Amino acid sequence: MWTWFYRLASPPHVYRTAALLTPWFMTAAAVAIGYGLIDGLVFAPPDYQQGDAYRIIYVHVPSAWMSLFCYTAMATAGAIGLIWRIKMAHAVAAATAPIGASFTLLALLTGSLWGKPMWGTYWAWDPRLTSELILLFLYIGVMSLRPAFEEPDRGDRAAALLAVVGVVNVPIIHFSVVWWNSLHQGATIVKLDKPSIELSMLWPLLSMGFGFMCFYGAVLCIRLRGEVLNRERRAGWVREAMKS
Amino acid sequence: MKGGGFWSMGGYAQYVWPCFAFACTVLAWNLWAARRYHAEALLRAKRALAMNGE
Repeated sequence: MWTWFYRLASPPHVYRTAALLTPWFMTAAAVAIGYGLIDGLVFAPPDYQQGDAYRIIYVHVPSAWMSLFCYTAMATAGAIGLIWRIKMAHAVAAATAPIGASFTLLALLTGSLWGKPMWGTYWAWDPRLTSELILLFLYIGVMSLRPAFEEPDRGDRAAALLAVVGVVNVPIIHFSVVWWNSLHQGATIVKLDKPSIELSMLWPLLSMGFGFMCFYGAVLCIRLRGEVLNRERRAGWVREAMKS
Repeated sequence: MKGGGFWSMGGYAQYVWPCFAFACTVLAWNLWAARRYHAEALLRAKRALAMNGE
């Protein structure tokens, strides 16, 4: 039953599986993002209050979702690496960090550009914006901590620990609009009640979200292959792979 | 949405289009950086192999 789990810990298996999955993820991402862009920019109706400015939602929300998803994935991989001492889990965490940081930066930039016409300012020290900015700092901290140690294992453990501790920020970001007074609007899609967004606007958004997720999968696979090679370059299987 | 209305985004073009440009840039950077990272790792692995005389 646990064979699949043990195989995930095998570097050659991870290296080969990542190579196989990359084109599938990339194709799915291209189709979903392509559909989401066309439907969201051309066919979805303008919002009755925000007009066409709301179309920023099609890049802002998926990037914000991914910023949280990547952090949770990084912290989970870090925890697995800490508990079961699986090297590949640390490799997944290391490969995820720059991707998650870039999505967080994108969420902050697009949110800022959306804020100007709607709130009259590019930035406010609002709970949602501030906690998202803290998320970016956490990503930068995790990325900086790993290479700060001479021994890679210690760097992996320190980065994993920071990632696990920092995961407390994820529910804070999500519930910040509920717990505190915020300029940012409340939850529109991820909530117990049904989504408060019209279906013709929702479908392209879900498609973009799925596309961003698949894109993360593709980029993770490519980065993970580099990460595995860097960690295993003196291993026998790498020598065999290089010769063939 | 048709013609000029599409590009003007109801008067919000200066906010909408830069967002999509940033998104394209971030996605393109991710792909480029990941491929470069993998290519550099491959090169290092090949060098390690060559240094061992294999």
